[in-house]
Amino acid sequence: MQIKESSELYDVIIVGSGAGGGMATKQLADAGLNVAVVEAGPFFDPADPITQTQLKWPYESPRRGAGTDRAFGEWDMSWGDWEVDGEPYTQEEGTNFRWWRARMLGGRTNHWGRISLRFGPKDFKGKTRDGHGDDWPIGYDDVKPYYDKLDKLVGVFGTNEGRENDPDGFFLPPPKPRLHELFYIDGAKKSNIPVIPGRLSMLTKKINKDRGVCFYCGQCSRSCSVYADFSAGSCLIFPAQKSGGKVKIFVNSMVREVTTNDEGKATGVSYISKDDRKEYKLRGKVVILAASACSSARILLNSKSKSHPNGLGNSSDLVGKYLHDSTGASAAGVIPGLMNRDVSYNEDGTGGMHVYSPWWGDNSKLNFPRGYHIEVWGGMGQPNYGFGWDPNGMNKYFGLKSGGYGDSLRDDVKKYYGSVIGFGGRGEGIARKDNYCEIDPTTVDQFGIPVLKFNYKWSDFEINQAKHMQDTFEELIHNMGGIPLNEKPGKDKDYGLHAPGEIIHEVGTTRMGDDPTTSVTNKFNQLHDVDNVFIVDAGVFVSQADKNCTWTIMALSWRASDYIIEQLKAQNI
Amino acid sequence: MDRRKSLQTLILGGAAATTGVVFNSCKTETIDEAVAESSAKYFGRTPKELERLEKLNTEQLFNEHEMETIGALSVVILPPKEPHGGPIEAEVPALVEFMGKDIPTMAPTLLGGLMWLDHKSNTEFGTEFKSATLEQKKQICDQICWHDMEIPLDKQALEIQFFYMMRGLTVTGYYTSKVGIADLGYKGNQPNVWDGVPQDVLDKHGVAYDPEWIAKCIDQSTRGTIATWDDDGNLLT
Repeated sequence: MQIKESSELYDVIIVGSGAGGGMATKQLADAGLNVAVVEAGPFFDPADPITQTQLKWPYESPRRGAGTDRAFGEWDMSWGDWEVDGEPYTQEEGTNFRWWRARMLGGRTNHWGRISLRFGPKDFKGKTRDGHGDDWPIGYDDVKPYYDKLDKLVGVFGTNEGRENDPDGFFLPPPKPRLHELFYIDGAKKSNIPVIPGRLSMLTKKINKDRGVCFYCGQCSRSCSVYADFSAGSCLIFPAQKSGGKVKIFVNSMVREVTTNDEGKATGVSYISKDDRKEYKLRGKVVILAASACSSARILLNSKSKSHPNGLGNSSDLVGKYLHDSTGASAAGVIPGLMNRDVSYNEDGTGGMHVYSPWWGDNSKLNFPRGYHIEVWGGMGQPNYGFGWDPNGMNKYFGLKSGGYGDSLRDDVKKYYGSVIGFGGRGEGIARKDNYCEIDPTTVDQFGIPVLKFNYKWSDFEINQAKHMQDTFEELIHNMGGIPLNEKPGKDKDYGLHAPGEIIHEVGTTRMGDDPTTSVTNKFNQLHDVDNVFIVDAGVFVSQADKNCTWTIMALSWRASDYIIEQLKAQNI
Repeated sequence: MDRRKSLQTLILGGAAATTGVVFNSCKTETIDEAVAESSAKYFGRTPKELERLEKLNTEQLFNEHEMETIGALSVVILPPKEPHGGPIEAEVPALVEFMGKDIPTMAPTLLGGLMWLDHKSNTEFGTEFKSATLEQKKQICDQICWHDMEIPLDKQALEIQFFYMMRGLTVTGYYTSKVGIADLGYKGNQPNVWDGVPQDVLDKHGVAYDPEWIAKCIDQSTRGTIATWDDDGNLLT
């Protein structure tokens, strides 16, 4: 069979439609370029009532919201989770990396937590700061203008606090704290842990005429039908189309490789259509990979040719290396002061936290080099499958019997409803060359494309940090007069440190740098080896920071897009 | 106010200000009909998920007698109460049937537990569980409704595991139903404007808002005004 090649020559082909791909689509289409977006999953629009899960009730489903088909519950708006049918990945023996993939237009931005934190000045200069990892080739001042523009384009609530490493921005006003968050603020104060309003990309106020304002259902993970939260489709790709941009979207199209000519320059991509399982080629002057850090690395490594025998952009042998995820550990406590709530009002609020704690510690006095922030959850949320399962299980913390049956179970459920506060610590792990993904030549996916094999282990730094998280959580629960649920995980369990990948902030596989022998892209996200290929996902991160990665992915994607426009104008690429 | 209607109001509130593409597809009738039509069948499922659901729906896990026994046990676990009914009104038996197929590892415990109930009831009272008196049913449940907290559940007798699972399904089934949510009093899952915890609730729990903090929060009367900032990031509107 002959591979079908498109006759059209696109200015730019963008692989992936999430945060990085969406932003590049918006900027490049707005600049008048002819853009092809290639997405491995189907079309998705949060406003489509057929696929909408926002505002569904548990009883609209026979499984009442259980997570049988979707790992984060059946209302979660991610098509694909730790597993994607027919698309396996493998592990080096003795390691465990968990890889979340969303196969849909907008990718993981449709369900993410919308926690939108800028990196601070220190975050770009890790090695200078403490000798670990490497410095970025750019600093905060290079990215700040893009963070500023991003705040205004996408919208993020928060407050200017004048904190050195948690920079101010252009924020929408935050929502008021919920009841459990007031308890958290008081509890944190007792330990001198700072608490500030959350910073999340949800519109508490209008930012333009096309997007709605938050109506406080607390369901951003279901993707907002009035576009009041950020997702790449609703806020970047659709607006780019609407304003007349030339954007052609290829859905259900699984990119196999970047094609190159005899000179080694990229000529486009080849992809397999999931609809007819045939291979096609698209031609483009510039190829931008935004398939997610690991998927883009996979495409590069699979793009072997005479000019690029080691895979595309891989002369440094670093594609796939320095893979790192945020660290994460969790705890929860039952707070007697929050028991027997008046269920008299709606406290759904925005999705996620109205308050959080940015990193406060002095790492020079600690046995781990980098910090973490604390995310807070709780409140009287929507009951779904699992709610009330062990209706009086928490009796054991109060010297009462658990179990039984009868009318008293109703009282038990109401007694404990809204009484639990939970914490997620999200921190920075050190990027290491020996944590990586590579091609597993023994295994292919259902499209015949060789898959990734992961090899990732935490070091003592991350484990020590998790212990610090657990100690902090215990103290916070105590400060709130609460009782920790479950036993505190000890050394034998790495202090509850989540497996790498589980925080879904994987970055670093195509890191940027000035030296082509120690990095994959330059400081404008451009492959050192091939000047018409760019990476605009989190692959280019030199280090992750104790922030979440999406805001920086988008700022860097915008910056790279400006550079691409400039270079095309100058006919340099 | 009807949830769907109030959502429409919000959407139209946005549409009133614009003729944008975003809201063109959200004309009142279209969205309401589409939501009404699709939600019963799809509740946002993908075609593949829907296919699996329909396959599960063609299968039958429990026979009629077992379904009646599930119903009989569920109302002992959580007796109905005015005005919000109980497990039958909450369709708990249908949930148990579905979950037993959706998560097949649950099926042996449920099937085996139901057999155990009848065996026990026949042995002690000469009648099947569902036909036993409430007093007799309680006597049986009393023997299996407590479990040793020190021992993992899966190391305990099947009938103990069964009761724990049935209590979980009954209570979760009730509180995820329309009647159960009404009993709980949950007020969310509908468009609204969050403006903080009511004063009487703050007072009851002995907490207060910090005026400095609140001053930074959204003034909800300005939520519809387009945001503009000065060069230093101070909101002007």
